[in-house]
Amino acid sequence: MNPFLVLAFPFARHALLAASFVAVAAGWIGFYVVVRGTAFAAHALPKIGFAGASGALLLGVNSLVGVSLYSAVAALGIGALAERDRRDVATALVLALGLGTGALFLSLGNLYAEDAMSLLFGQVLGVSSSGVIETACVSAVGIALVAAFHRRLLFTTLAREAAAVRGASNRMADWALLVSLGLATSAMMPVVGALLSFSLLVGPALAARHLARRPWQAIALSVALSLLITWLSLFLSFSLGWPVGFFVSCLSALAYAASRGSSRAFARKTAAPAA
Amino acid sequence: MTPAISFCDLTVSYGSRTVFAHLTGEIRARQFVGVLGPNGAGKSTLLKTLAGLIRPAGGVVEIDGKPVRRRNEAIGYVPQAVHLDEDVPLTGRDLVGLGLDGHRLGFPLPSRRRRDAIEAALAEVNALHLADRRIGRLSGGERQRLLIAQAIVSKPRVLLLDEPLNNLDLASTHQVVDLVKRLAHEGQMAVLLVAHDVNPLIGRADEILYLANGRMAKGALDDVLRPEVLSGLYGYPVEVLRAGGRIIVAAGAIDGHGHAVSAASPEASVMLP
Repeated sequence: MNPFLVLAFPFARHALLAASFVAVAAGWIGFYVVVRGTAFAAHALPKIGFAGASGALLLGVNSLVGVSLYSAVAALGIGALAERDRRDVATALVLALGLGTGALFLSLGNLYAEDAMSLLFGQVLGVSSSGVIETACVSAVGIALVAAFHRRLLFTTLAREAAAVRGASNRMADWALLVSLGLATSAMMPVVGALLSFSLLVGPALAARHLARRPWQAIALSVALSLLITWLSLFLSFSLGWPVGFFVSCLSALAYAASRGSSRAFARKTAAPAA
Repeated sequence: MTPAISFCDLTVSYGSRTVFAHLTGEIRARQFVGVLGPNGAGKSTLLKTLAGLIRPAGGVVEIDGKPVRRRNEAIGYVPQAVHLDEDVPLTGRDLVGLGLDGHRLGFPLPSRRRRDAIEAALAEVNALHLADRRIGRLSGGERQRLLIAQAIVSKPRVLLLDEPLNNLDLASTHQVVDLVKRLAHEGQMAVLLVAHDVNPLIGRADEILYLANGRMAKGALDDVLRPEVLSGLYGYPVEVLRAGGRIIVAAGAIDGHGHAVSAASPEASVMLP
């Protein structure tokens, strides 16, 4: 089918809109994930969100609510545990707990494999018009949260005690990022699915980091790359009928590889101060 | 005149372990004090306690005559350097700007005043040329100077530096110590600098605060780094060896031979059995 003609159909327009909101959130939040090195949490939260979605299906409530709630609680849990133990251990523990309950929900709910598949790999063509609005709201809240904590997220990463002396606590910044990640997760689940949303969170941000010199440039570039990847993936998916998540993960990896390749040449330019 | 930093009967413990107890002292503006002591003596803990980041089990800390509190504009803190990826998208300007308003919400808005303050701090540490360089690609000494600029950009009265000389080559070490000395004397700040090795501080620090065994000795370098003073702190014989203008603190002749090793190693200034 011609991928442009397909936009005449509401389902395709919904998909495009929802995917765009998700792309902006993922690109923006991903910047902080990469700078702070919390990629494992970014990997774990969507999987925990998947368990939340299956819980929501079991109870018959909106899956977005289930995912948001579940991943927000998980985010707070990781933040609290990471205070005392190593962060990766805390994340792994919460991830296993989340997946365990997910397995229970799936078995109790007698869910079909299709339901699980659509949560894991996304089903962007199934997004309704109210789904688009929900996705937009959740993405906006996620972005607002990290944007509010922008300076603190950087300050506490680069000079934790100096930030603390000024009253910017690392723990608060951590929680803000994790909760915002949880929100982004729930917005992404219907579009790219639980398994592959990680690639959109990390791929564009990593690529942008190679090319940009200042934080706002990196964020802008990451958002732009994320949008580009998402639109291209939707286009390819409409044309070939293959899943969106496949293209998203491939293109994210490609963007990263390409940025690494070009970063050496670019580095020489950007290392010199702007005239 | 009110001392910039004063602490009285200061005791800090982690659980049941007491790091140090009943420390009392003061540091005036324009004074550059080097904090020395063996690993685990609580040098960093003392710094964090003075900055109000650790609540002492007993005693009080006063900055400019007022009890220390969080959100303190009067304190500039240079933490131990963290590992940075070389691609982290931040320039020297961004790093220093965080010292000005990094605790605020939202994005920094560009303004003449902000720019001037950042450039003044960069000029103060001779790092104007690093303003638009990526911090991940700088040398240890360059990055350390930027962290100092970040700490002083808000014009604090007190500057606390936690092991700023770690992993620096000799030239950068002297550059940083000279800079810190100048900031103390010309910038009217009270400065505490935690170091492993006394040697870079010789002739530069006004006083030494030596922490060992939960106790403290403070005074001019030649008054503190003496065998009888340090032996009193440690509670067993300690020797202070001087060779070629350098100082090595070594465990004394309990078994007939001290464990002194080359002073070239940063860990070498304090060696205990």
